[in-house]
Amino acid sequence: MKVPLSWLKAYVDVNVPVDELAHRLTMAGVESGGVEQLGGWNDTYVGHVLAVEQHPNADRLRLCTVDIGAEQLQVVCGAPNVAVDQNIAFAKVGARMFDTHSGKTEALKPAKIRGVVSEGMICSVLELGLGEEHDGILVLPDDAPLGSLLSDYLGDAVLDLEVTANRPDCLSVLGVAREVAAFQGNRITEPDVSYPEDGEPIALLATVEVADPEYCKRYTASLITGITIGPSPQWMQDRLNRAGQRPINNIVDVTNYVMLEYGQPLHAFDFDKVKDRKVIVRQAAPNEEHTTLDGIERKLQPPMMVIADPDGVIGLAGVMGGGNTEVTEATTTILLESASWHPFNTRRTGDALKLRSEASQRFEKGWRPELSPLGLRRATKLMLDVAGGTAAKGIIDIYPGQQDVAKVTLTLNRLERVLGITVPLEEVTKTLTTLGFDCKAVGDDAVETTVPAWRADITIEEDLVEEIARVIGYDRIPTTMLSTPIPLSQPDPARELKEEIRDLLAAAGLQEVVNYSMVSGQAIEVTKGTAAEGAKEPELLRAANPMSPEHEYLRTTLKPGLLKTLANNQRHDNVPQWYFEVGREYLFYGEGLPIEPEVAAGIMAGPGALSTWGAEETATGFYDAKGVLESVLERLNVVASYESTDDSFYYPGRSAVVTANGQQIAQLGEVHPTVLEHFDVRAERAVYFEIDLAALLTALPDVGRRFRGPSVYPGALRDLALTASVDVPAAKVQTIIEQHPLVARATLFDVYIGSQVDDGVRSLAYRVFLQAQDRTLTAEEVTKAMERTLARLEKELGATQRQQG
Amino acid sequence: MTTAPEILGTLHNLKTIAVAELDAVTDADGIEAWRITYLGRKEGRITMIMKGMAVLDTESKRTVGAMANDVKALLESQLEARIEEMKSAQFNQASVAGRVDVTLPGRRPALGRLHPITQTLREITSAFGTMGFQIVEGPEVETDHYNFEMLNIPKDHPARDMFDTLWLDHTNADGEQDMLLRTHTSPMQARVMEVTKPPVRVVVPGRVYRYEATDATHEWHFAQVEGLAVDQGITFANLKGTLYEFARLIFGPERRVRFRCDFFPFVEPGVDMSIDCFNCDGAGNVKGSNDMCRICRGSGWIEIMGAGMVHPRVLEMSNIDPSVYTGFAFGVGVERIAMLKHGIDDIRYFYGNDARFLRQF
Ligand SMILES: [Zn+2]
Repeated sequence: MKVPLSWLKAYVDVNVPVDELAHRLTMAGVESGGVEQLGGWNDTYVGHVLAVEQHPNADRLRLCTVDIGAEQLQVVCGAPNVAVDQNIAFAKVGARMFDTHSGKTEALKPAKIRGVVSEGMICSVLELGLGEEHDGILVLPDDAPLGSLLSDYLGDAVLDLEVTANRPDCLSVLGVAREVAAFQGNRITEPDVSYPEDGEPIALLATVEVADPEYCKRYTASLITGITIGPSPQWMQDRLNRAGQRPINNIVDVTNYVMLEYGQPLHAFDFDKVKDRKVIVRQAAPNEEHTTLDGIERKLQPPMMVIADPDGVIGLAGVMGGGNTEVTEATTTILLESASWHPFNTRRTGDALKLRSEASQRFEKGWRPELSPLGLRRATKLMLDVAGGTAAKGIIDIYPGQQDVAKVTLTLNRLERVLGITVPLEEVTKTLTTLGFDCKAVGDDAVETTVPAWRADITIEEDLVEEIARVIGYDRIPTTMLSTPIPLSQPDPARELKEEIRDLLAAAGLQEVVNYSMVSGQAIEVTKGTAAEGAKEPELLRAANPMSPEHEYLRTTLKPGLLKTLANNQRHDNVPQWYFEVGREYLFYGEGLPIEPEVAAGIMAGPGALSTWGAEETATGFYDAKGVLESVLERLNVVASYESTDDSFYYPGRSAVVTANGQQIAQLGEVHPTVLEHFDVRAERAVYFEIDLAALLTALPDVGRRFRGPSVYPGALRDLALTASVDVPAAKVQTIIEQHPLVARATLFDVYIGSQVDDGVRSLAYRVFLQAQDRTLTAEEVTKAMERTLARLEKELGATQRQQG
Repeated sequence: MTTAPEILGTLHNLKTIAVAELDAVTDADGIEAWRITYLGRKEGRITMIMKGMAVLDTESKRTVGAMANDVKALLESQLEARIEEMKSAQFNQASVAGRVDVTLPGRRPALGRLHPITQTLREITSAFGTMGFQIVEGPEVETDHYNFEMLNIPKDHPARDMFDTLWLDHTNADGEQDMLLRTHTSPMQARVMEVTKPPVRVVVPGRVYRYEATDATHEWHFAQVEGLAVDQGITFANLKGTLYEFARLIFGPERRVRFRCDFFPFVEPGVDMSIDCFNCDGAGNVKGSNDMCRICRGSGWIEIMGAGMVHPRVLEMSNIDPSVYTGFAFGVGVERIAMLKHGIDDIRYFYGNDARFLRQF
């Protein structure tokens, strides 16, 4: 909403500078998006041309004497339209003006033109920055105040206000004036709405029938005969222009003017074009056709509301008038409508027709039936003023939705309980009164208010609390910490685990990323892999209005996002491309809302962590990802086992499921090359893993770690080199070794397949540390333990001690 | 026959020669050979001299013995000193050869970091955590009921315009779309109040969605933290205090804070909290010029949070008696906070996941 300061001042004395005004409005809830200054000229005055003579040395120049009140000055002027007795804009030497020759704004210098001194300049529209025209000087009206600063007379400031959805009243200059009055503590001057009703009674001239009172709470109309169409007066055009509304003709301009003034949209029908002088307010018939004022033929559907005559539609209610009853040059009789249309129906109609207007935007924001007759009378008065004619006696006022005016009571107690500050009753009453509420004190601690017609947003006591708070200023309310008791804290192990996993994965060297929750259908298809046996497949959920094909479906897996992250980043540099994300999958199984399990997933590719100078260059592979998982799980005290799996998302033979406490908690593997190709990942290989956080939570040990004192006795170290079939899982070998009660731990330090061993066989070498809690082991005990272990390995796994040499 | 004076003379010479030889020794082998020659227990020169003393009288034995012991002790200490000296020389030599170039890059394990959204979320939740707010989370796929109705935004309410909604293509038995991506974390207000009777004091971090074109300051998908406190005796002054403390914890004590009236359908009165613009220090224009500040668009203030006293209708719908309880609620955009803290000029970086961006945090 654009509000010219000059227009605002017509209703309220503004006693603060415009920037302060904008600030106060902003603080009170009507945000200013900026103030546009019009004019701002210095040393430029309203002048009067006393004499015009021929320049002695130039045919095309004139020598003028100009009176600017305090002095008379001589000026050379080249404009053809300058004449004696004109009021003009006179810039003295020193004034900053737009120079039409240089194209810049410059200070006017003293000049001698063809031998004659010129003490300033008579300005054109272009030089003043008011328009494009520069063929002649700007001629001011006869009543322009001689000698006053031009910026006081022609200058203005336009406030650009952002009005919130609850305040349609501030989509009007009067509404803003009431706000200004409220925080300044003064009153507004209401516009004049009285006019002579010299015509016949309106009931004899027109009939209106409201066939659908649900969608039309109130319909008021006046009738004016004998009007003359023409341009509206300059002052009205200026106000409309500055408020961003293009002037059209005096009748249309008045409807727009009053809409901007009161916030009540109006419509003027050329009444001679209305069949049988009868107006019917009804719903559109199915597929009823109508051409709106913009010349577009539209197909209407119920329950769109229309204004009709017996022949058909003549206007789309609350949105736009009809072409068939449009006011033209020839119009002499006007039926002026000021109604109250159903907010949501108006909105629905606009949406369906993709048509929104200044009028519909105001109707959409709420019912304000009390405003209709006010706007009607104001507009009728202005039409008589600017277009002549005779108004019919009385108005039509059909008010099927009439209700008691809203009354809301505010108690000081409630005010204090909500705001935490006491405000005296007197101040409360004064504040509400300046905002237009009728106030009646109830006892000494409450006030009963009648809500003004334009404030449909006020329905409960808290609404009044806000009125008080925003007018006295939020700054006046103290700033205090909560003093009520803090509620008992509830443990949230799932959340703690999630955050711990984030820390652990980052500590393991992975960079966290956050991907969009929506992906393309194809990305889901490509990364689907092989579902676990018996697993129910979730239904995909598609956006009804997708942002783009790339973000069409809610993700059911984190795979696409991570693969894309990898593909996008591999272009930049050659560092470990290790990424993880902790986020939700959205799994919908046909009922209720989808479940949103949280998953920690990662993708790892590129050079290995320690690929640096002096170390062997390695590429990230399966065991790097497994190492990350292992260290994370060890930190969480979770004992897990890894089993090879078949899942077509992964490279055949290079993936595993991870089980702990009897259930699957994670999976990992090298991504299948065709998947990598789809995502344009150029790395030779990339390893993906994901941890099901809910499953992991159940696998966490129930009790905290129990302390066990470390042995104080020396231990013994033995190397154990074995050969076994490549089909024997290393984990089983390790388990058997560690099952011996004297073995404290065994560490695999070498795996060998090659010429030194038979085909189908590999060598595994362990460093075994033996130690007892209660004694120093003898050499004999150690040897015996190793022999027993070897025997078990041979018997259970067919593994034998590798022969050296 | 040897006499005491002869032996004493021999000892004296021996001492001089041995010390000189020891000085000339250059390696471990030489040291060992020298030790055996002079101090060897069986055939060493000192031992041999001691053995030769047997023929002397008691008086001479004592004199010569004392001197022999002195010489032995001297040679032993010289030997030890020499060994130390050689070790140290060797170490010095080795250390010169083994100098490191301290400017070569270290060999470090891979370095992981948390995404700036996670870091900022943690800062925000911990700031409220110090004020007794507990973290809860809720679903992102929501119903109209929780996302709108329970927040005092009925179906035909014009305020729905404030929330451009991403609906899911799924309909109920009546043919109406019945799932949406929550437009704010506020649905958790009702979800929390339905199961928790006052006192309530929670923050809800989470992802929210808007059907909105993206540009440098708008994403269709962003993170928000909702806050809710409900109890007897909670006032607007408490709301101001809590948010002020939050701003102080996140942006530092020197930032100024502004509270102005704003409209959200689920609060009354409504608040918008701004901090003074760090780019222009609240002036609205670039220092020393008339150019408008890009960050605050000339206002000098940057909005960071919407808030207000919980609307009585919202309490009522969640079966909390508004005549007994009051409360406040707030919502803060996480990316926006991160952008302000780190001077990030484009919100699209957050979900672009360019490692060159992420590694800066
Ligand atoms: Zn700024």
